[in-house]
Amino acid sequence: MQLAIVIGDVVVTRKDENLTGVKLLVLQPIAADGSKAGRTLVAVDAAGAGVGETVFFVRGKEASFPFYPTEVPADAGIVGIVDHWDLG
Amino acid sequence: MILARIVGTVVATRKDPRLVSSKLLVARPMDPHGKAEGSYLVAVDTVDAGVGETVLIVSGSSARMASGMKDCPIDAAIVGIVDTVDVVAGD
Repeated sequence: MQLAIVIGDVVVTRKDENLTGVKLLVLQPIAADGSKAGRTLVAVDAAGAGVGETVFFVRGKEASFPFYPTEVPADAGIVGIVDHWDLG
Repeated sequence: MILARIVGTVVATRKDPRLVSSKLLVARPMDPHGKAEGSYLVAVDTVDAGVGETVLIVSGSSARMASGMKDCPIDAAIVGIVDTVDVVAGD
């Protein structure tokens, strides 16, 4: 999984039927020091996240697992909202 | 998933049989502000997208989960036509 900040949302009316009712959010992956790390991406939300929150997300087919048995066509999915984190 | 703008179409007569009747489009990935980034890619269209539209593309093995694409040899599928992208100021 990777850490990211939710920076926005995407509105998509015409879409794959299995994406119906699934929230799509724009993520900015972040590094250990909180700085931006890599390109932004769009992820499905399985954790009830919102703009401004720090989250962790999975990449790949696993992104659709929280929606099982619906086969949501997603390659990135938010699976948790971060309360706090430190590097020991 | 990534945001991309459709910039063209692909016509391929000789291809894997499982791609017959699939519409192939050329897409240019972009950031949430609409700025192009990265290299062009070919994606299978499952939502009737057209040139000039902003779309949502799912990549990798997840692309096969798009409607009607089960067991097809693809790694990018267009699964949505984007209406709006709202990004908080400063990002």
